[in-house]
Amino acid sequence: MSGFYQLDFEKDVRALEQRLAEARRELEALRKRAHDRGGGQPSPFPALDEQDEDPADARSLERTIDRLEQERERTIREVYADLDPWQVVRVARHPDRPQTRDYIAMICRDFCELHGDRRFGDDPAIVTGLARLGPHKVMVVGHQKGRTTQEKLACHFGCAHPEGYRKALLKMRLAEKMGIPIVTLVDTPGAYPGIGAEQRGQAEAIAVNLREMSRIRVPIVSVIIGEGGSGGALGIAVANRVAMMRYAWYSVISPEGCAAILWKQANEQTNQAAAKALKLSATDNLNLGIIDAIIDEPLGGAHRDPAQAGRALETWISEQIEALGSLSPDELVEDRYRRFRRLGSVVEQTPAASEQGVEAGMAGGSQA
Amino acid sequence: MTQATSKTWVDVKSGRRNAIPEGLWMRCPGSDCGQMIYKRHVEANLHVCPECGHHFRVGAVERVAQLADEGSFVEMFGHLVPGDPLGFEDLRRYTDRLAGEQLKTGRHDAVMAGEAFIKGRQAMLCCLDLSFMMGSMGSVVGEVITRTIERAIERRLPLVIVSGSGGARMQESGLSLMQMAKTSAALARLDDAGGLFISVLTDPTTGGVTASFAMLGDIIIAEPGALIGFAGPRVIQQTIRQELPDGFQRSEFLLDAGLIDRVVPRKDLRTEIARFIDYGG
Ligand SMILES: [Zn+2]
Repeated sequence: MSGFYQLDFEKDVRALEQRLAEARRELEALRKRAHDRGGGQPSPFPALDEQDEDPADARSLERTIDRLEQERERTIREVYADLDPWQVVRVARHPDRPQTRDYIAMICRDFCELHGDRRFGDDPAIVTGLARLGPHKVMVVGHQKGRTTQEKLACHFGCAHPEGYRKALLKMRLAEKMGIPIVTLVDTPGAYPGIGAEQRGQAEAIAVNLREMSRIRVPIVSVIIGEGGSGGALGIAVANRVAMMRYAWYSVISPEGCAAILWKQANEQTNQAAAKALKLSATDNLNLGIIDAIIDEPLGGAHRDPAQAGRALETWISEQIEALGSLSPDELVEDRYRRFRRLGSVVEQTPAASEQGVEAGMAGGSQA
Repeated sequence: MTQATSKTWVDVKSGRRNAIPEGLWMRCPGSDCGQMIYKRHVEANLHVCPECGHHFRVGAVERVAQLADEGSFVEMFGHLVPGDPLGFEDLRRYTDRLAGEQLKTGRHDAVMAGEAFIKGRQAMLCCLDLSFMMGSMGSVVGEVITRTIERAIERRLPLVIVSGSGGARMQESGLSLMQMAKTSAALARLDDAGGLFISVLTDPTTGGVTASFAMLGDIIIAEPGALIGFAGPRVIQQTIRQELPDGFQRSEFLLDAGLIDRVVPRKDLRTEIARFIDYGG
């Protein structure tokens, strides 16, 4: 699958991986022949390629593999040390990147999926259910993009409909009633833009989630695991603590959407410029105070070692649930309100300076 | 400055769209209309076409003047000024864009809020300003709306927000997105306090504004023919690759879909708002 999705900046890594695969195949073939010769019936005929079966060849191949592995690791480290924002976006979209259902399988026990919004349907683009995470009972709510073509189409590639957001809220209210914390995993390019979605109140569904999540009386912990596209992401991310995986992105609009509007066209160059301008990386969002933490990913991204990514995710979530466990329901609501209330960049002008401010603006100067 | 403020968005926009003839007359862009109409008549008619009832877009200054009892509006939070937290630059710098908009409108940002009387009923009134960066919501708009809501709670006054906006402001990216959560959370507090929120939707109300406070009114009313939605029609068309139905995402479509309470012509807005305030008692 990953063959269809090649990251241009990983060209050198891919070349090394190809050489590694070849060397491994060669070694395996060599060992198989040695095994056949040693363990099976002795052949009455000497093998034609007897020369290749020298154990010295196997040792030399092993050394080559070691060297290639080291080189691969070093190259990945170099490439990933300094990804630009547009590169991050493409890592976040990698088809092998773990999704909500993968993380549930890795970090949850006894997952009991709950379906439907009791109003219209069951949107597969948002998965909800009860689970155990370490010592905690939790309600998991997460976007699902889909892995197979069929699943991707059913999930609209992670773009939820209003019924998805309403299902999420219904299950979060259940968690509130049960007194168990809520864990949300965000991974969406955005809420679905379609006729049915508009007719059924996409905007209202998201808006209601924002309002209602703000006053839910149990802990809410959110992680942007891949794509954090706009209102569709925020619609399940009004939490006490919010983190991003190292190579996730989170922004008011996708780089392509922004490029199309502000640069008048979306192409490789403008997408790159928009991704940079939008400050959508984990580091930028942390600096802006929009998220509270960055969860580290394995070398070269979560898709290279999902299990390790899962362990890091589980550790962070567990720590937050434990820390928030000491707050009363009132304190949880207050804590969440304060968290979002302080966000924004506003300059307070004294009444006297107010007039001047406009003058400065008129002169083309900066207000900040 | 005086010249800048007296020029409303309608003048600028209609002047551009309907270049002929310059000055006193313009052609109505309303579907099935196209009449030549006398500008003064349109202005005297609350910027509504006297022939077909087409509602022209109006900026916040004009909107407040239309809704509030004469001389009753006391502006608040006008001292909040936008910064450039991201150092945003596309084809233009955000700071330059802001300066241009401030020059054009004589205002700091895309919102105007305060206390007012509407047909003698006291209320907190907040209007988004389409004439300023398409009424987009960045930090200042989000902060002013939130403070207006908080003031409505403190003073136990009904809240009226008139929306007209292209959505969250891209130039403040994630911080604009957070204003959606901030304003919606403040509305939860107003709701807890039993406050009444009347949301008025005008052409156009889309994106992050619709997907936050605008759709959270206890009562939601819309002006006729206003474009209201989450995604813009062009984005939807590009996604689904089929023709959009007639009247899609217009006020009347939303009324049919059960998403808003009433469609109210501009001339009746004051009366209807006052009526709701009376019922809310
Ligand atoms: Zn007309």
